[in-house]
Amino acid sequence: MTAAAPVLAVNATMRRARRARRGVKTRIIAPLVVIGLIIVGAIAVPIAFAFDPLQADLLARLAPPGAVMSDGSTALLGTDQIGSDLFAQIMAGARVSLLVGVATLAISGLVGVALGLLAGHFGGWIDATLMRVADIQLAFPSILLAILIASVLGQGVGNIIIVLSISNWVVFARVARSQVLSLKNREYVEAARTLGAGNWHLMFRTLLPGCMAPVIVVATTQFAQVILTEASLSFLGVGVPLGTPSLGSTIFNGTQYLSTAWWISTLPGVVLVILMLAFGILGDALRDKYDPTLRSA
Amino acid sequence: MSSAGTTPLLRVTNLKVAYPIRSSLLQRKIGENVAVDDVTFDINPGETVGLVGESGSGKSTVARAVIGLVKSDGGRIEFEGNDITRHSPRQLKPVRREMQMVFQDPYASLNPRLTVRDLIAEAWRVHSDVVPRDRWTAEVKELMERVGLNPDYSDRYPHQFSGGQRQRIGIARALALRPKLIICDEPVSALDVSVQAQVLNLLDDLQDDLGLAYLFISHDLSVVEHLCDRVLVLHHGVVAEEGSAREVFDHPRDDYTRALLAAVPVARPWLEPSS
Repeated sequence: MTAAAPVLAVNATMRRARRARRGVKTRIIAPLVVIGLIIVGAIAVPIAFAFDPLQADLLARLAPPGAVMSDGSTALLGTDQIGSDLFAQIMAGARVSLLVGVATLAISGLVGVALGLLAGHFGGWIDATLMRVADIQLAFPSILLAILIASVLGQGVGNIIIVLSISNWVVFARVARSQVLSLKNREYVEAARTLGAGNWHLMFRTLLPGCMAPVIVVATTQFAQVILTEASLSFLGVGVPLGTPSLGSTIFNGTQYLSTAWWISTLPGVVLVILMLAFGILGDALRDKYDPTLRSA
Repeated sequence: MSSAGTTPLLRVTNLKVAYPIRSSLLQRKIGENVAVDDVTFDINPGETVGLVGESGSGKSTVARAVIGLVKSDGGRIEFEGNDITRHSPRQLKPVRREMQMVFQDPYASLNPRLTVRDLIAEAWRVHSDVVPRDRWTAEVKELMERVGLNPDYSDRYPHQFSGGQRQRIGIARALALRPKLIICDEPVSALDVSVQAQVLNLLDDLQDDLGLAYLFISHDLSVVEHLCDRVLVLHHGVVAEEGSAREVFDHPRDDYTRALLAAVPVARPWLEPSS
């Protein structure tokens, strides 16, 4: 009995680890397929429909999904309050979302990882300063900060990217720093030191490759976060400028018609949920694949 | 002990290393833990000096201070007559070429994301004038052959090798800069006994071929006896006894050395005359 208890505990841990690993491949491939479809749609659909967000066709307004238009074509997902095709509009909105997501992650990822490496590698006052700045940043609600910056800088896709990058670098900096702290006393880092490697070599050739797995995992989950924040900002009217379709602004436009034309708000919302779910599941699966604590079991 | 007229390769005089104890709140220094105190020894070219003692006796700290991984708090470290005690990493860079290290754990001391070729060539990336880039592949293969590894495996990663093979990679990396002194920090204590002997023989052969000097750290006395010309016994950070390997092992003067020697397990105790 006394001997069996620890064995059981070990078995339970291993079972949990194995369960977490089971189906990792499907959980990576399935969201990738969904994301791939949305990317293809976001690029191709607005072009195929010759989509112009400013063009109004008042005769065709508020048509329900599947309605046949006067020119004989079918509006797959219906039309909105100015008569533009909702499917094309949603895909154009997804295009903005993906663009903002990729650009934000690229900027905040580069800056965050670089600052995290600096803080972790040098320590001391550099570390203290950077991490206190990060703490201050984290204490401030990111959406409030985004509204503040957006109202100062004005609206525009470029500004949204800047705003979201400012509120997102902290996550990358913290992950990179914690990873560096766990790596920097490993013998192989000391071995590089005894070869006479300088700070640059140590940071980018020795430490950076060891930080990449957790950074990629965090990037995937942050992607969903960034897309949602962009949609929220656009919904609140401090995001993309008028005339640029975004999932958030399309949802907002539909709120006045919820009782008569539910599809205008609902369908872009569904696409947003699918996109976020896909990135969330992908991030989880990547964490299961790369998390060393699960891997060792 | 050094013959008259020649300067020793490495001269360590009254080395002291202490780790600070800091207060939890303000990180102020409130005391210190003396790891190594008043350690003095010379290493001549081509000589092997052993450093033995129980765990916590400061063996590794001496090695790390000599190679500059920890700062010393007193004493002098001279390499070929130059005082390197207070050198910055940049000033130490030329010295690193002459002095390399083989680490204890061959699983932790090799970057898991580099191939054997990149691991060995990393030294030449740092010291760009040692081997020109177009000779790297050829030199890597030569070094691998030298330490008894199949040169066709140069594109493999460390996890594809056994512990003994990994330690050979570590030795090849240390040799890449053609050093005069190699610090071996318990290089075989993580290996199987049969593999230990192979690696020790390799170190012995390399010494004969290349005229290397070793600072050999171990808690395994039989290993030290087998390899070293001179031995220092460390106890609580101070030298308990020093002398030629023969002297120390056959006629230990210090009580601690005697206790250490008595703790060595005997293969066939019934053949021993005593007890």
